[in-house]
Amino acid sequence: MKNTLLAFLLLLAAALPARAQDAFVAALPGLAGNFNAQAEAVERLGALADPRAIPVLRALTDGRLLKRPDNTLVIREGTTTTDVLTGAATDAAGTEALRINNRVRVALRGALGRLQLVSPDPAERLAAAEAVFRTRSADNVPLLDAALARETVPRIRDRMAIALAASRLMASDPAAKLLGVEALGASASPEARAVLLEARAANPDILPQIEAAVAAIDRRLAVRRAAETFFQGLSLGSVLLLAALGLAVTFGVMGVINMAHGEFVMLGAYTTFIVQEACRGIPWLLPWSLPLSVPAAFLVAALCGAAMERGLIRHLYGRPLETLLMTFGVGMMIQQSVRLVFGAQNREVLSPPWMQGTLLLPFDIPVTQNRLWILAFSLVVLGLTVAAIRFTRFGLEMRAVTQKRAIASSMGIRTGRVDALTFAFGSGIAGIAGVALSQIDNVSPNLGTGYIIDSFLVVVFGGVGSLAGTLVGAFGLGLVNKILEPWAGAVLAKVFVLIAAMIFIQRRPRGLFAQKGRAAEA
Amino acid sequence: MNHRMPITRRAALATFGVALAAPAIRPSFAQGAPIKVGVLHSLSGTMAISETALRDTVLMMVEAQNAKGGILGRRLEAVVVDPASNWPLFAEKARELLAVSRVDVTFGCWTSVSRKSVLPVFEELNGLLFYPVQYEGEEESRNIFYTGAAPNQQAIPAVEYLMSADGGSAKRIALLGTDYVYPRTTNRILRAFLISKGIPESDIMEEYTPFGHSDWQGIVSRVKRFAGEGKKTAIVSTINGDANVPFYRELGNQGIKAEDIPSVAFSVGEEELAGIDTRPLVGHLAAWNYFMSVDSPANTAFKTMWQAYIKNPRRVTNDPMEATLVGFQMWAQAVAQAGTTNVDAVRTAMYGQKVDAPCGYTLEMHRNHHLSKPVMIGEVQADGQFNIVWKTPGPIVAENWSPFIPENANRRRG
Repeated sequence: MKNTLLAFLLLLAAALPARAQDAFVAALPGLAGNFNAQAEAVERLGALADPRAIPVLRALTDGRLLKRPDNTLVIREGTTTTDVLTGAATDAAGTEALRINNRVRVALRGALGRLQLVSPDPAERLAAAEAVFRTRSADNVPLLDAALARETVPRIRDRMAIALAASRLMASDPAAKLLGVEALGASASPEARAVLLEARAANPDILPQIEAAVAAIDRRLAVRRAAETFFQGLSLGSVLLLAALGLAVTFGVMGVINMAHGEFVMLGAYTTFIVQEACRGIPWLLPWSLPLSVPAAFLVAALCGAAMERGLIRHLYGRPLETLLMTFGVGMMIQQSVRLVFGAQNREVLSPPWMQGTLLLPFDIPVTQNRLWILAFSLVVLGLTVAAIRFTRFGLEMRAVTQKRAIASSMGIRTGRVDALTFAFGSGIAGIAGVALSQIDNVSPNLGTGYIIDSFLVVVFGGVGSLAGTLVGAFGLGLVNKILEPWAGAVLAKVFVLIAAMIFIQRRPRGLFAQKGRAAEA
Repeated sequence: MNHRMPITRRAALATFGVALAAPAIRPSFAQGAPIKVGVLHSLSGTMAISETALRDTVLMMVEAQNAKGGILGRRLEAVVVDPASNWPLFAEKARELLAVSRVDVTFGCWTSVSRKSVLPVFEELNGLLFYPVQYEGEEESRNIFYTGAAPNQQAIPAVEYLMSADGGSAKRIALLGTDYVYPRTTNRILRAFLISKGIPESDIMEEYTPFGHSDWQGIVSRVKRFAGEGKKTAIVSTINGDANVPFYRELGNQGIKAEDIPSVAFSVGEEELAGIDTRPLVGHLAAWNYFMSVDSPANTAFKTMWQAYIKNPRRVTNDPMEATLVGFQMWAQAVAQAGTTNVDAVRTAMYGQKVDAPCGYTLEMHRNHHLSKPVMIGEVQADGQFNIVWKTPGPIVAENWSPFIPENANRRRG
């Protein structure tokens, strides 16, 4: 009697959800099929309002959905695997991960977007609004209407409104279409513009309205594009500034033509890699490996610089040609040693999460995070360099020695020591530049060679011996390069910049900020 | 002065076609002397990143062949030189290999510039070069065997895939490349191909950057803008070497997902991906004739052999390495068949040689000095490997003289 009752209850419990899941269960086998079947099954799952589809679709997106030889599905979560239908933990033996292509990925994004529009998590809702916007299907209009009515976060509301407008444009009702065009035209988003342009062919009847909306967006975008180019110029300038700053000290202040400067930058980048590998053992330290690399790279490059100055360069003061050839040779030796130790392959320096992705400044100006950080970092390094030269005892001695070595020496300054420290200081800054460059360029033995010419150009253009000149020179060249690039292409833009710099230096051999007075004669 | 004598002598012999007499005046050819295998790959400079692995592949094959008793009962001996990514130096080193070291065969070059630089040397001294990298075609030297892909074995099928429903039905194409002969010629062929498919000039964007370019922000945002004109857009990348890493990093940072703007690359393989975090790149594509993820017995053997040789169980294999291996095996077979290492005899024996290649097919060397090859499209996965999403049903024959270049119209097809 008791057993019968239990069996009846179990049956009831099993039957109730089973009926609701029929469509869900029926769509699942498609996920194990070929790409076409997968895309179709994903679309069917997205059309159902069944929350059980969410973990399955997510698992498929991340490559965690596995199939058994009989085509039934299993989800992997960390080290455990569970059956999709029963939810029971199972054995992963004999399963194979399902692979997807871009077409399935597009379908997945749309389906997950539909399902997550009402998610309790704001981040998921934002992603869902974005996904539904990209899907652009008239079927989503009621869903979006409902979601928009409940939404309270302004940022998500904005995205949903755009998504709704784009979906309305796909509807068959002309009034809804016009509503969509109007809403899209009120935005300042390049994506909305793309949607409007795409809709031109299918909607010849409302072409004037569409063109007007596109023109309205274009006006708002023009300012933003200018701002974007400006930022890109500043960003290129900050990279040039970092690369040139060390040279501004060793070449600008001391007058040593150091062709191995780029190799010190490269050593800094490799130090970053070593610090990162050392931090791997201590998981909580790993996110901090990049800030930790800054002093480490400074020390490594500074020590190499000091060794080079004491060992070789000081014997060649006053003989620029020999210095040039010798440092060039040392640079090649450093490069090849690094290649022997670390191999010719690029080394992977990870970007911490706070340096990935794009940040939207006010007025929706997109800037990439890593570039923004490097821009800020370059200004900090410049500030510290200026402070070290202006306000410290070492800086005072350094200026004294460069201005009049004999007098400084007679005042009791150990000029040899100051020379070594100055060169080490300049090389150390190059090492710091390497830390920043490891985030945007390849950490390979050739890293430095790409920057040596640009660095000399910046220092000479800005005015030898002037840090202000280096600053203005770097940002000036960066901006001019980026403004020219869209017109002339990357190769020609660089050629134009070089020609312009040549003509300028012909006219003003001492650069933008020429040294005046007695120091200039030295 | 001394070392120049054999050059003139060899050149004269080659000109008069008395090649059979060569063994008589070359003491190194005495019975039992080792067969010399030249390796002409950059071990320093910008191309070292790619070419070092190819040197190791040749050395591995030489070692394996010696373990099997060499060829014709003679031991193989590798002669490695370093042309240092310096194109004129390639020609000098090639001359040194042929005239001083007297190698019987050479495996070498990566960039088309370096191949163009050594070509006259190999023709003058009647040497034999195996070139293992995909290239722009428009060449057919009797002294070179091309074991990489011609444009119709890589570039054109890849673009066809992008324009298909599975590839995302692209209607607008951005052609991005490094500024030298391979990308320029390939893009010229692709442009003609796209126009023949009804894509207007205004829907094709073409941009070039210098070698080792690292500041991609402007170009990537221009591509984004180009894509924002209301038609599905795709990127075709002939960007070579180091510059790929910052390019993909910028794509990731600017949030360009493969679902929105897929990109297909012709010079990015497993080796190049080893230097970057591939998670933001999942779904971007590469077209090759071999991927490390190919499931075939020959490939399993190749991977095991390579990782054991290099003593690193995580080292990857890639397409040019496979092409080097196939070339080496074919050459060994041809020498065994010809019974001599004489260049003219080996050349004749090369035609029609077949090898069960790691790509899972039997590849054949044709009289146009090119291999028949299967084409595969792979998607980047989070672990830096490629998931093959499309491939041709079988190997296709190379069209090294592209029909999309008007000047080739009158050329005899071989």
